Amino acid sequence: MELVCPAGTPAALRAALEAGADAVYCGFADETNARNFPGLNFSRPELAAAIDLAHARGKKVLVAINTFPRAGAEPMWHRAIADAARFGADAIILADPGLLAHAADRHPDQRLHLSVQAAAANADAINLYAREFGVRRVVLPRVLSVEEIAAITPEISVETEAFVFGGLCVMAEGRCSLSSYATGQSPNMNGVCSPASHVAYDSAGGQQSARLGGYLIHQRPQGATMPYPTLCKGCFTSRGETGHIFEDPVSLDASRLVPALARAGVTALKIEGRQRSRAYVAEVVRAFRAVVAAIGSDTPPPAAALARLAEGQAATTGAYAKTWR
Amino acid sequence: MDLTVGPNAFFWPAETVRAFYAALADAPVARVVIGEWVCSKRLPFWQDEIPVAVDTLLGADKEVALSSLALITLRRERKLAADLVRVGLPVEINDLSALIHLEEGTPFWVGPMVNVYNEGTLRWLAARGATRVCLPPELPLTSVRVLAETGQGLGVAIEVWGHGRAPLAISGRCYHARLHGRAKDSCQFVCGDDPDGREVETMEGQPFLRVNGVQTLGHHTQTALPQLADLRAAGVSSLRISPQISDFPAICAHYDRALKGGSTAPPDLAGMDWANGFLAGRPGVDWAVTQN
Repeated sequence: MELVCPAGTPAALRAALEAGADAVYCGFADETNARNFPGLNFSRPELAAAIDLAHARGKKVLVAINTFPRAGAEPMWHRAIADAARFGADAIILADPGLLAHAADRHPDQRLHLSVQAAAANADAINLYAREFGVRRVVLPRVLSVEEIAAITPEISVETEAFVFGGLCVMAEGRCSLSSYATGQSPNMNGVCSPASHVAYDSAGGQQSARLGGYLIHQRPQGATMPYPTLCKGCFTSRGETGHIFEDPVSLDASRLVPALARAGVTALKIEGRQRSRAYVAEVVRAFRAVVAAIGSDTPPPAAALARLAEGQAATTGAYAKTWR
Repeated sequence: MDLTVGPNAFFWPAETVRAFYAALADAPVARVVIGEWVCSKRLPFWQDEIPVAVDTLLGADKEVALSSLALITLRRERKLAADLVRVGLPVEINDLSALIHLEEGTPFWVGPMVNVYNEGTLRWLAARGATRVCLPPELPLTSVRVLAETGQGLGVAIEVWGHGRAPLAISGRCYHARLHGRAKDSCQFVCGDDPDGREVETMEGQPFLRVNGVQTLGHHTQTALPQLADLRAAGVSSLRISPQISDFPAICAHYDRALKGGSTAPPDLAGMDWANGFLAGRPGVDWAVTQN
């Protein structure tokens, strides 16, 4: 199985390649990609050099241009596609139908992947994107169970890529406005979710709190681990019950399900985390290299390294295990 | 400009559905989209009301379209979408996958859960046969202007979310069931206990969201009324009014009066918190514009 790894910086890209990535995905330093964080992502010359470096090692670079262009500002996204294609990107990862139509029309030889942000959650959707735009691979939404993935792959002719580690959206990706409801900025429009610019931490009376857009998302005793205030993993109250109504502050770890995903026909495994350090990226990639090597063998993969890296020290297999629902 | 009533997001008893659409026949709305939008598990409980409502509404000279689900994952749900296009009424797609069942060129409508953010996507949908598009609620007026103008050139009517709790997210997981300590497959239809969604507050008691099965809505009711003049000037052709369990005929009448030059203040209804931040390019929960 192909191991697709995140790179928010040229240093993380080198680290991922050295740790055993088959492909690295990254984006330009602007709102054309869904990890539009300050200090992250690639300039034009950096991306061109990164692609050359990866190709010299026989590895691939996938360029994410996976936000939904702002009405009236499409040329910025069109330029990003043209530049990625010109630099030799092995694939461009897109979500917006208008952009897919543009890329298929203007860059017919460019390999296109369908971003998870397109939320193609069934075989009909995937076949539609394949038929209309010639996409060659779909990144599967994290609302699907392994059984559902196994049912989808025989019905489609394109490759599938499944997230196996890192941040976890519990809502259908690319179809969530929770962040813009509280902050005015959303993954679809701005490439950010629960942006740091709208986060505030304070402490009083032995309690520390984390707010997003002024709304209290977490409150914990002083000294306890404080998760980042992502809305869908916040602590709320409903009719006297207080808790994580949508999801606990956990991250995805599907390493144990990799053999099942392989049997389900998944082509590539994706690690989330373009916002992470190169040390983190290197460690996760090495761990997953071992997980992939262990497929079909009697040796179980080492689990401890991944457990340590999971956000908030707690991990879930998410929707892949049907009981999550 | 006229009014479109969107599909009902909530799980109501069949008799409530019947009374709701019977009353809507007399309401000053041009068209009605009907169908299960949120969760396919609910449909067997009220699907027999759909043909009744369609007959009632067509008899009252409303345009009627059938809505697809907003998130289609199961084989059974794909079949529902395939069956929908064979009914013979216009279909409003709320999940792009429904398009695969429509022959190219067959006219269809596009609901607010489809990501129409820019001219390129609108052109692609129009080429496929889209004649009416309700834009995603999070879009600001600056985008609405561009899309309404593009829509006019393409012959696509553009609708804007006019009234109702905004649909903010949809998931594979049922949060209503989770609040009751159950999984989606063993939900026992607890979302039916909350005909207007279940309140979610911050730990400080601020009303914030509403859980509606697999869907998450804003607590605040979005209203486009204070921005009506801007929307009209932009060439928006309809406001979408989203069904709610109480006061709905009065709400429709209020929006109709506003379209005819009446007050653009929100209707005077007890217990409602209003927002219009999305259109203003601000946090959706904000009350950003009082009039224009």
